[in-house]
Amino acid sequence: MRFTKDHEWVELEGDVATIGITAYAADQLGDVVFVEVPDAGKTVKAGDGLAVVESVKAASDVYAPISGEVVEGNPALGDAPETVNDQPEKGGWFAKLKIADKAEFEALMDRDAYEAYLGTL
Amino acid sequence: MTMLNVGRPTQPQTAVPVAHASLTGARGLLQDEALIFELGGWDKTGVDLEPAEQDASDLAGLIREAAIGLPGLSEPEAMRHYVRLSQKNHAIDLALYPLGSCTMKHNPRLNEKAARLPGFADLHPMAPISTVQGALQLMDELAHWLKTLTAMPAVALSPKAGAHGELCGLLAIKAAHEAKGQGHRRLVLVPTSAHGTNPATAAFVGYDVAEIAQTEDGRVDLADLEAKLTTDVAAIMVTNPNTCGLFERDVIEIGRLTHAVGAYFYCDGANFNAIVGRVRPGDLGVDAMHINLHKTFSTPHGGGGPGAGPVVLSEALAPFAPAPWVVSGADGFKLVEETVDEAAQGFGRMVAFQGQMGMFVRAYAYMLSHGSDGLRQVAEDAVLNANYIKARLSGVMSAAFPDGPCMHEALFDDHWLEGTDVTTLDFAKAMIDEGFHPMTMYFPLVVHGAMLIEPTETESKQELDRFCDALIALAHAAKAGDVDRFKGAPYLAPLRRLDETLAARKPKLTWRPELTTVAPAPLAAE
Amino acid sequence: MRYLPLTPADRAQMLGVIGVDTIDDLFADVPAAARKAELFDLPRHAGEMEVERHLQALAAKNRPAGAGPFFCGAGAYKHHVPATVDHIIQRSEFLTSYTPYQPEIAQGTLQVLFEFQTQVAALTGLEVANASMYDGSTGCAEAVMMAQRVTRRKTAVLSGGLHPHYAAVTQTIAHAEGMDITRLPVAIDAEAAVIAAITPETACVVVQTPNVFGVVTDVTKIAEAAHAAGALMIVVTTEAVSFGLLKSPGEMGADIAVAEGQSIGVGLNYGGPYVGLFACREKFVRQMPGRLCGETVDAEGRRGFVLTLSTREQHIRREKATSNICTNSGLCALAFTIHMTLLGERGLRDLAAINHAKARQLRDALAAVPGIEILTPRFFNEFAIRVPGGAAQTVEALLADDIVAGVPFSRLDPQAGLDDVLLVAATETTTAADIAAFAQALKGRTV
Repeated sequence: MRFTKDHEWVELEGDVATIGITAYAADQLGDVVFVEVPDAGKTVKAGDGLAVVESVKAASDVYAPISGEVVEGNPALGDAPETVNDQPEKGGWFAKLKIADKAEFEALMDRDAYEAYLGTL
Repeated sequence: MTMLNVGRPTQPQTAVPVAHASLTGARGLLQDEALIFELGGWDKTGVDLEPAEQDASDLAGLIREAAIGLPGLSEPEAMRHYVRLSQKNHAIDLALYPLGSCTMKHNPRLNEKAARLPGFADLHPMAPISTVQGALQLMDELAHWLKTLTAMPAVALSPKAGAHGELCGLLAIKAAHEAKGQGHRRLVLVPTSAHGTNPATAAFVGYDVAEIAQTEDGRVDLADLEAKLTTDVAAIMVTNPNTCGLFERDVIEIGRLTHAVGAYFYCDGANFNAIVGRVRPGDLGVDAMHINLHKTFSTPHGGGGPGAGPVVLSEALAPFAPAPWVVSGADGFKLVEETVDEAAQGFGRMVAFQGQMGMFVRAYAYMLSHGSDGLRQVAEDAVLNANYIKARLSGVMSAAFPDGPCMHEALFDDHWLEGTDVTTLDFAKAMIDEGFHPMTMYFPLVVHGAMLIEPTETESKQELDRFCDALIALAHAAKAGDVDRFKGAPYLAPLRRLDETLAARKPKLTWRPELTTVAPAPLAAE
Repeated sequence: MRYLPLTPADRAQMLGVIGVDTIDDLFADVPAAARKAELFDLPRHAGEMEVERHLQALAAKNRPAGAGPFFCGAGAYKHHVPATVDHIIQRSEFLTSYTPYQPEIAQGTLQVLFEFQTQVAALTGLEVANASMYDGSTGCAEAVMMAQRVTRRKTAVLSGGLHPHYAAVTQTIAHAEGMDITRLPVAIDAEAAVIAAITPETACVVVQTPNVFGVVTDVTKIAEAAHAAGALMIVVTTEAVSFGLLKSPGEMGADIAVAEGQSIGVGLNYGGPYVGLFACREKFVRQMPGRLCGETVDAEGRRGFVLTLSTREQHIRREKATSNICTNSGLCALAFTIHMTLLGERGLRDLAAINHAKARQLRDALAAVPGIEILTPRFFNEFAIRVPGGAAQTVEALLADDIVAGVPFSRLDPQAGLDDVLLVAATETTTAADIAAFAQALKGRTV
């Protein structure tokens, strides 16, 4: 699993990347009440808006950490947005992306680097 | 002697039992009131109307046959229902209401009486012009006062609220740029401390938004502003006094720099009450500013509107004002309702009719009452009251900008709560138990755990002291580790803390019998 | 000054606590050049009696709708409002409270908003409604913007029967947003042309019923055509009383219904404040503008209400908000809710039937006047007539008999070339004597 400074995580299986927000981010947001996930087929570049996550008091954009084409948005979050709080780095994933350039993935932080980054916040 | 010892005891019992919940959900005078949909009035009405002939021959079969789903109540039931509900509200008429940036001041009842004169209240917006001369004269006189108080040459009266006024101002700015062939300008600069309406408005009219940094002492960072002011900038939107309750000392320089790149200076006038009668925005280089009549000029907030947001405009922007407007001539007042003819520079229309006439009457009654001398005193007392609160509370709470005076509101951060496990939210909720409405919390965003206190000029020294004493006592309780007092607060309000997460996750926005899970007024088990 | 509690002694004492010498020291941040020592050139303060006298003198120069025969409509209607309504909205707890940001001490306002939303949803035949808009015209513009967000398309089709001011407000906002507006030609029965104007790029179709000429239209077919093209159907209504008699927007396939609620509880007020009603299908709720009140529970499990889904709003989403709207029209929504509660379904249906019956009586009386042509084929409480010699001139002439004959269409839209079209409305406040006087005066003029 790789991480960004905007608190997204990416897991890569073959050329499909699963993307979500980290446990730290989910905790900071508070109770998530709504998630807008992207439709399949949408292409995004790294840094583009990928999804929107809303808690009671905040709405935040989730950025694509990596470029690719959306394979699917997580259908479970519609009825159960709390999954983002309960399992942020597992069942609370936002979208799966078919990626073109694996180098983008490799360039992201690994868990140790991310933990170290959190330590600086 | 003859002892007369019948009748009811007049002394309280010596051993007072602890409080218990009532059986009905009521709390003494405070009734637990169901929704009108639960009161059984499906066939009731509180009006007496003579049945009319039923003939659908002019309706082409468009009759509404299915039940609409509207209960009714007789007049006494309706009165009781809404009076019971009213008693669950805090109000400025009950106690100090220190919502920073919102200006909860006394609402004179003379204003209400004037607005209800049939000559204003029962006037149709499209009535013939010769039958509304008094209304047009009032709008003209109100405009004169607003222009004089701001030293601006023009005013658009029609915007219906502050945010609507912002929209009006930015539309005028956009039209002015387009008229000059400057339509390519696509950026609006907004300080990080701005009201959320500023960036929302700029985006709504199609501009990109860039933020201006703030200095350590809570003002616009001139160097950052200068760096970002390019010929791509259409306007800056600056609140002055700003949302930290501070006057922008460099406001004239801000205006000069803005004009130097051909951009316009929009001033958010939400805090005009701090300077009314004393300082005129027109002397500060402002091109457009909305005036919240419900803040500075005492029209009631009504639980969230209606507001009114007239916009004063500089010479450069005046030609682009929206329709309609009043003109006076030898044969009386006229209403210009179309901008398509003649000069044809007006950007269009903000509302169907003339704006919030009911609010114009109220605000004008307030202006006439105060006069030029009273309005000046309004600003002075508003600023004095805020500084008094800041001085009294600074001993126990941490002022966000301790150096120098504030304007009409005093801003504190949550630094002083560190280590107490009490948050700004907890502290605010505990204020409810003490009989006060909380201050504005967590705004402006640039101050951590912000508490923004605006007393207004209509508070007496006695009420200010009562308020400060309560906050000081609460602050001591927080520092003394009395955490439960805060975490569980409010204890004494009509309801305890509400579950906002539940409301947002599974929105129930209308009453539907199948969706209502909590029964009203549950009678305790027998 | 009667609104200012501080005494000179208070002020002196407070300056001492603050630690400054004069009030001027507190204004030290204001540039010296802008700190005016002298009073501005306006009258000095005045007592309550003097202010009242001045305002009464201005009010007396106006001719209220209730002063005699009166037939203006065109988006604002004269109705009787029960005395109870105005009494309750003047209670301090409603009049002098703010937006319910602290729900524990604002349940009065919040429960009213919840009742209001439910009433509006029922009236419009849709699933959800917001806590009100500024008025019908701004609601119309917001509905078009919302359709753009939902469909991600940039073109809106406005029927030629839409109130010209509503069209102008919508065009003003849409222009700024970079949206294209196709406004169809003004015509009495303009709805017939709408379907042909729908294209695959259409975000929404806006149809008013009863339209600005009073024509009632079944929009079902238009809604079907809009949906087939992937567009939203927006139905606008300027006379809320019509919901008591006519098929609702929801029943006819509307996705968004917008209405002016002024007729119920609010009064004429020379154009404002009014209250915009805004309802839509539940699936679009997160794209809705304005405030929403929702049901929840408190820490002890008791039912309560809060403002919810506020992440759509400007104070959180800032430049990404669905709208820049900050206030709603709270007190007018309260007035609407109380009046609607007093009416109930029975009262509303009766009221609507009376309005329609009065309009039919007016139509029959005017149709009998030689030279007058009734233009509106089917109507609720308002219709258009052709007046030889010009509508504006007729209105002016009839003022001599103290009759306010209606709204000349040319005043709403001077470019339409309909100078002889007069819009006339009747409500429950119209008497048989008013109608007779109008017909009589018109006869005297046209013959």
